[in-house]
Amino acid sequence: MSNDRIDVRKTYKLYIGGAFPRSESGRSYVVNDAKGRFLANAARASRKDGRDAVVAARKALPGWVGRTAYNRGQVLYRVAEVLEGRRAQFVDEVGRGEGLSARKAEAVVDAAVDRWVWYAGWADKLAQVLGNANPVAGPYFNLSTPEATGVVVAVAPTDSSLLGLVSVVAPVVTSGGTVVVLAAETAPLPAITLGEVLAPSDLPGGVVNVLTGQVGEIAPWLASHRDVDALDLTGVVDETLAQSLEAAAAGTLTRVRRPEPAADWTASPGIDRMRWVLETKTVWHPIGV
Amino acid sequence: MSERFEYAPAPESRAIVDLSTSYGLFIDGEFTAGAADTSFKTINPATEEVLAEVTEAGEKDVDAAVTAARRAYEKAWGPMPGRERAKYLYRIARIVQERNRELAVAESLDNGKPIRESRDVDLPLVAAWFFHYAGWADKLEHAGYGPDPQPVGVSGQVIPWNFPLMMLAWKIAPALACGNTVVLKPAETTPLTALLFAEICQQADLPAGVVNILTGAGATGQALVTHQGVDKVAFTGSTEVGRAIAKSLAGTDKRVTLELGGKAANVVFEDAALDQAVEGIVNGIFFNQGHVCCAGSRLLVQESVHEDVLARLKARMATLRLGDPLDKNTDVGAINSAAQLARIRELSATGDAEGAERWSAPCELPDHGFWFAPTLFTGVSQAHRIAREEIFGPVLSVLTFRTPQEAVAKANNTPYGLSAGVWTEKGSRILWMAERLRAGVVWANTFNKFDPASPFGGYKESGYGREGGRHGLEGYLS
Repeated sequence: MSNDRIDVRKTYKLYIGGAFPRSESGRSYVVNDAKGRFLANAARASRKDGRDAVVAARKALPGWVGRTAYNRGQVLYRVAEVLEGRRAQFVDEVGRGEGLSARKAEAVVDAAVDRWVWYAGWADKLAQVLGNANPVAGPYFNLSTPEATGVVVAVAPTDSSLLGLVSVVAPVVTSGGTVVVLAAETAPLPAITLGEVLAPSDLPGGVVNVLTGQVGEIAPWLASHRDVDALDLTGVVDETLAQSLEAAAAGTLTRVRRPEPAADWTASPGIDRMRWVLETKTVWHPIGV
Repeated sequence: MSERFEYAPAPESRAIVDLSTSYGLFIDGEFTAGAADTSFKTINPATEEVLAEVTEAGEKDVDAAVTAARRAYEKAWGPMPGRERAKYLYRIARIVQERNRELAVAESLDNGKPIRESRDVDLPLVAAWFFHYAGWADKLEHAGYGPDPQPVGVSGQVIPWNFPLMMLAWKIAPALACGNTVVLKPAETTPLTALLFAEICQQADLPAGVVNILTGAGATGQALVTHQGVDKVAFTGSTEVGRAIAKSLAGTDKRVTLELGGKAANVVFEDAALDQAVEGIVNGIFFNQGHVCCAGSRLLVQESVHEDVLARLKARMATLRLGDPLDKNTDVGAINSAAQLARIRELSATGDAEGAERWSAPCELPDHGFWFAPTLFTGVSQAHRIAREEIFGPVLSVLTFRTPQEAVAKANNTPYGLSAGVWTEKGSRILWMAERLRAGVVWANTFNKFDPASPFGGYKESGYGREGGRHGLEGYLS
């Protein structure tokens, strides 16, 4: 008689500082599937939730960037392991949210798992690939190394609720940065479920923070936030909004990555998404006896 | 202290520089008059004597220069094989070396910096920058930016007055190496060496329109960076202008790199070789009259050696020779402009008003020109304006710390992040500090060193992008 059982539905909340709070505003909004049927009520994050998330990301930064690269790689690989274990759940959720066939949804989830594995392997290679010993014209040791820019606010793609999300989040955390991501507005559920994967994966609380709600409402406060180091506008569709966010970020010279409306998330990502959230630090020291 | 041994004057001859009384704009390979007949004077800041009349470029001139640069990009420079571009850059490097002395004198005349610095630092680096990037022109596929990196297009570049020709080289050399063409605006107060550089482009037979030089002030710069035909903007200057540029380019497809202000901490631990550290402190803040974005303007001294370091520092500062920039004995030259002198005086006055204690090196200031004696403030707190704002002059703020953790916290307590210095004999402490200092360049037991092979650029509000070495190619490739 299992068909008569009433299923236990999940309450979708935010993911901030390793915890799952509701929006402090007490608001929620309706999330429908691709065919317009009710899926769930998601939390509608407020300006204050955004600020809380930035505080959590800033607090988590020294610990995360201070880990060894090898350790970060292991943690990211652990994320892939846990995600793989919940594959069926994501196939179902992504399929319904994006209106994909089971087969296509499986391909998307597989690609998302593989992407975590790919980035996990990068953690202890970036400094070798992007760093340099510099042959300066004098008796000096001169070394350039990449270092995480810091706290990144990312607007996830609207058209790829899991793979696109992973593709903007993973490159930030690989090198030690922390991130506040605004999930796809109309398909936010996989983002919160991803939080449930991150929480038990040894990824310290606050390294990834997920907000759901209206990008146009929250993003302006984060773009001008003085404690945000970089702003990824990948998923911003509205050009006027994108321009105003970039202009707001200019106030504190926050690094900006412009919208990418036509990105192909199944393509090989390359290292550009890791490079733009890195600074290059060059250390000089005299050589002598 | 014993009587100071006086040096006989040893002035470099200015006869080696043959300046015109007036200069046009360098557009499409030729010097041309501006569209609207407006001009301004550039003066010698050490004497206030007029050096030349310079054209102020307006929007029409910007348009003509960008059009010339676009045509050169599409017809000549873009399609040219890298190995051929390289040879032009090598030529430029060689001509700079050949005209080294003349350019050094012109730089000191227009900028006010000591001839010793323009001759021994600026000009060698200018030649080295072109020589270094010449070699990259045909090796870009090995630089780590993909198998077939392409130029961005037309680059609009705006540079400051503190290292006029050196900043030009930092901007033009990588741009050209990567196949871009350039419209460059030198600073209003120091246009002369850029105009001499235009002559060098002619001597090198550089194809017309590859390099265009527009003189002018802020409005010219604004017209250039916002021009529709400019694909890439490179700016070095104040954080305030950098913010405005970033804002004005929001929503466009233009690429941007910004190298902005700084308020670098120079951290001296008690175990440092103190005499060396004092040399580094002096070099850090008084090199180029402190007109250096990466100047070590905040001295953080460990409390236990505070008195000792101050005594040595004051003794050393008392020996600095301030005066004629063309005298080869001069250590400290003229402040670049009346406006900059006013800014330095104003910020220094806030140091007095906020309760810090001023000490200036005992030196006579010339009657004419713009001068400011090397100065330090003690009793400075982190809240003082002189500890927070970029003075861009020969003014050092001295603060103290007790523990390495406190040194890091104080050093990083600034919106800037361009450079930092560390002085200690303990290797592990150097690396520990270097890891934690949020700055693009960390000089350990040295300061103010530059090299074309070494990336330079800031964290946070000191801008984005790097200049120098392999990293310096990124901003000019797509």
